Amino acid sequence: MKEQLQQTQNQAESAIKDAHSMQELQEIRVKYLGKKGELTAALRGMKDLSNEERPKIGKIVNEVRANIENALETAMTEVKQKEKNIRLSNETIDVTMPGKEVEIGHKHPLTGVLDEIKNIFIGMGFKIAEGPEVETVYNNFDALNAPKNHPARGMSDTFYINDEILLRTQTSPVQIRTMKKAKPPIKVISPGRCFRYDTPDATHSPMFHQIEGLVIDKNITMSDLKGTLNLFAKQLFGENTKTKFRPHHFPFTEPSAEIDVTCFKCQGEGCRVCKGSGWIEILGAGMVHPNVLRECGIDPEEYSGFAFGMGLDRITMLKYGVEDIRLFFENDMRFIEQF
Amino acid sequence: MLVSLEWLKEYVNLDNIAVEDIREGFIMSGSNIETVEAIGENIKKIVVGKILEIEKHPDAKSLIVTQIDIGEEVIQIVTGADNVKVGDYIPVILNGGRLPDGTKIKKGKLRGILSNGMMCSGQELGITDNLLPMNQNKEGIYILDKEYPLGTDIQEITGLKGHVIEFEITPNRPDCLSMIGMAREAQATFNREFKYPNVALKEEHGDIKEYISIDIEDTKLCDRYVGKVITDVKIKPSPLWMQSRLMKAGVRPINNIVDITNYVMIELGQPLHAFDLDYIEGNQIIVKKAKEGEMFKTLDETERKLDSNMLLICDAKKAVALAGVMGGENSEVKDTTKTIFLESAHFDGDHVRATSKKLALRTEASSRFEKGVDPNVTLIAANRACQLIEELGAGRIVKGNIDVYPNPVKEKGIEVRPTRINKVLGTSLSTEEMKTIFESLEFKVENHGENVIVTVPTFRHDMETEVDFVEEVARIYGFNNLDTTLPKSNSQGGKTIGQILEDQAKFILNAAGMNEIQTYSFVSPKSLDLLCFKEDSLMRNTIKLLNPLGEENSIMRTTIMGNVLEVLARNYNRNVERAKAFELGNTFIAQEDEKSLPLEKKAVTLGMYGKEVDFFEIKGIVEKLFEGLGIEDVAYIPEKNHPTFHPGRCANIIYKDHLLGVFGEVHPDVAENYGMNTRIYLGEIDFELILQLAKTDKFYKQLPKYPAMTRDFALVVKDDIYVKQIEDIVKENGGKILESIKLFDVYKGKQVEEGYKSVAYSLVYRSKDRTLTDEEVTKVHGKIIEELEGKLDGTLRE
Repeated sequence: MKEQLQQTQNQAESAIKDAHSMQELQEIRVKYLGKKGELTAALRGMKDLSNEERPKIGKIVNEVRANIENALETAMTEVKQKEKNIRLSNETIDVTMPGKEVEIGHKHPLTGVLDEIKNIFIGMGFKIAEGPEVETVYNNFDALNAPKNHPARGMSDTFYINDEILLRTQTSPVQIRTMKKAKPPIKVISPGRCFRYDTPDATHSPMFHQIEGLVIDKNITMSDLKGTLNLFAKQLFGENTKTKFRPHHFPFTEPSAEIDVTCFKCQGEGCRVCKGSGWIEILGAGMVHPNVLRECGIDPEEYSGFAFGMGLDRITMLKYGVEDIRLFFENDMRFIEQF
Repeated sequence: MLVSLEWLKEYVNLDNIAVEDIREGFIMSGSNIETVEAIGENIKKIVVGKILEIEKHPDAKSLIVTQIDIGEEVIQIVTGADNVKVGDYIPVILNGGRLPDGTKIKKGKLRGILSNGMMCSGQELGITDNLLPMNQNKEGIYILDKEYPLGTDIQEITGLKGHVIEFEITPNRPDCLSMIGMAREAQATFNREFKYPNVALKEEHGDIKEYISIDIEDTKLCDRYVGKVITDVKIKPSPLWMQSRLMKAGVRPINNIVDITNYVMIELGQPLHAFDLDYIEGNQIIVKKAKEGEMFKTLDETERKLDSNMLLICDAKKAVALAGVMGGENSEVKDTTKTIFLESAHFDGDHVRATSKKLALRTEASSRFEKGVDPNVTLIAANRACQLIEELGAGRIVKGNIDVYPNPVKEKGIEVRPTRINKVLGTSLSTEEMKTIFESLEFKVENHGENVIVTVPTFRHDMETEVDFVEEVARIYGFNNLDTTLPKSNSQGGKTIGQILEDQAKFILNAAGMNEIQTYSFVSPKSLDLLCFKEDSLMRNTIKLLNPLGEENSIMRTTIMGNVLEVLARNYNRNVERAKAFELGNTFIAQEDEKSLPLEKKAVTLGMYGKEVDFFEIKGIVEKLFEGLGIEDVAYIPEKNHPTFHPGRCANIIYKDHLLGVFGEVHPDVAENYGMNTRIYLGEIDFELILQLAKTDKFYKQLPKYPAMTRDFALVVKDDIYVKQIEDIVKENGGKILESIKLFDVYKGKQVEEGYKSVAYSLVYRSKDRTLTDEEVTKVHGKIIEELEGKLDGTLRE
């Protein structure tokens, strides 16, 4: 009996050694350890043994069983590992193939830059004011201290609906609306569409976008204007950006300035973008004219303020190197999808 | 304004300041500069030569062979020019020389004969044709006006050298449209002394009263009129120094008299006009208004019809000039003119503008009067012109002048508070520092308690109120010298709810694969026809532009659908395979009262075409948009009558009793109108309503704790039953335990009778507080099926 058991163990171990798949191993388990298996049969045969022999043989049977189980366990682990390795190697794919197309829409480039500018000013405590594209002559010109005979008022500069209504040529009328509605302190930017009588070409568009700003409070100085726009320029164009304030003339501000920033393409070295000067003109600004404050019911002796304006289209063109403004309004998908 | 630096230096000493520093200085004190041109900087080896001999070229009919004395030697030059003769002094470019445009000249043979250089034309000297003096020949060689030392550098003779600065003069500073104006600015900017030209006449004869009398009828439109008379006039070209200064100022030299009037205009800013006195009848000048319909021929040989508002200069019988705009042909100065009446007058700017606009006749004089001329420079300018006439030997000056100036304009004093200036600028300048600045601008300053009274010369009519003085201090002190501070007050920045929702809507649409576009707010009236809107459609309630660029931009859009289709069509024509785009922008609806502003309403418009794009894609995006903006329970109701859309593939978007918008497949007629042979999907949503309905607050719903039970069914119904009808019945009968409905299949075909379809749904039942029993669910589900079968005449499919 003992020899027989030993032989069974040897047979099982050799079968396990020769097995190559989980299935074969399962079969071996059934053959030796299953209900109808050889060891079970051996156990069953124990009832014929003497009382002395039974525990001895019983011990051996258990030992053999444990040995076969161990051998099976080890072999199964090995085979699993092998099978996994085979699967992994069969599943190799060309990871350099393109990814699945995930469709994401793109912001219009003007929106992208506008969002950036809005965020900068919001961070500086500005709110965003909006107004209509079709405006009154009063809000667009009269209240802004524009002389009655100013050429900008002409039909060759401005689109009119009738003698009192026009398409706004700037977003400054939003400033008038804001000042008439709210009491200082006022701190807003007003972005939006504007219109001027220009035939479209690479640098002109009858519709374009402006972003204007207005700050009105007690003790606002021209130095505050400089500080505000300096900070803005640094945030939009980079920490090393410098500004140059040149005196200029606008009817609704005095003193007035045009502001150049160091060319962000060449950092002031001089390049094609800045036409070799190292500077790019991007802003007009000034201290709000007392006539404008008075017109809006604000006492210029008590309050002062500054205003500024910039062309979104121009800044976007410069920033992205777009050489033709018409691309913004043609909306070729292949253009929009670049931003 | 073109300013020759060399001419400017006659009035202000700018020695030892580099051109680049002059440029920067002017820019930073407010005189913006567009360009600085170095005149003839490329020129090399062009000298004065004299033609000694001219012979025909033996082998070429059109060429001549000349011998030119250039001082040190005589050189041979072959030329094709035919306007030269022996004895002429001409510019010669020598072998190895260089023209202003950079062209290098080398000696060479022309048809076998050696040419050691070239004689130069005006153009070759760098003079553009429109500035070439009248006495020079455009096609020929530039002939010097007299004998000059042979071999002298040509630039020394012609004056075509040095720098010309092009200033951008703002409309508030017409005084800067003159040499003395810019010289004054230079004084303030560079702290150098400004000198007025010394105006004095050497010799006068006779008495002007014997020649002319002047009478102004309308002193409002002409508040000053100065006349001078010049006899023994000899019309000839003016000398090269004057010609070169005029050319550098962009003015073409004509003859000595015209040149002198232009010269003085550029120098002092005062337009002058010279009449041939022999053609002025009755020895009389009367300034008066024209008769309605009166005809007058200006010296550009154009007959013009005048109205009774236009001011004329007349003699005893007729008009001789259109005041401040242009002289008449009848009294024009000609080569034969012997006696001149010189006008230096001051006309009302607005009046000149009106006349010039009505006649569409804009001249240098009219433009200057429009912008503003100093009424107190009038007499000086007349005398300055006479001084130059005398110096150039162009005539003899008659003694005396007539100066009709009934109400002389006086300088005014304005009180200025230095404290206010510092307050606005954020500076702490002393009153003395400010006084120095004002004085450098030729203002007079007196102390007045804590403040100062500043008296401003009449050439600065832009100085009206205190704030004008704030600006003068700021720009002369230097904007760059101001501090850099931030406003002291605290304020909370941010966006309004509406602005946040707009951002959110754009974000959702981008995330759904839609590209944002931006199109013109003005469109063509034809776009409404292309969209097939009916004649009485509200969309035709447009506002029109008075002066559009063209018909295609002549009305304000009432819908963005046309714009979006146009963009889709453009992409389609450019073979872009697929386009999915949206615009969020304004539409404009006319009000009844045409003097009120139109109603501006925001709309968001979606459009798409391309492979795999279908109705349910645009619907899915619309649904996501509402979901993302917190607008629930939106219904989609079939719309069969919208002319822009496919009658069977269009839905209105309804929320309670609001019509939020419409979308669907574009009607093939409309697609054809836009030249597109493909299916297009389009939708427009009223964004103003969205702003009202959107909910930004979000509340968390507990995650399910108890298991769900799913029951599917397939219902066979008639083809024309909308799934919405099925869903409405399901929802109505589902009670609290119906968690969700999902349509998973719609089948038409062999298995189903013709005219019917099978619609398959998956219903999920769940309770918040317990595990549902089979019986409970079966009861509700059974009721739903029963209702569906009953109300929709449907049968359950096995």
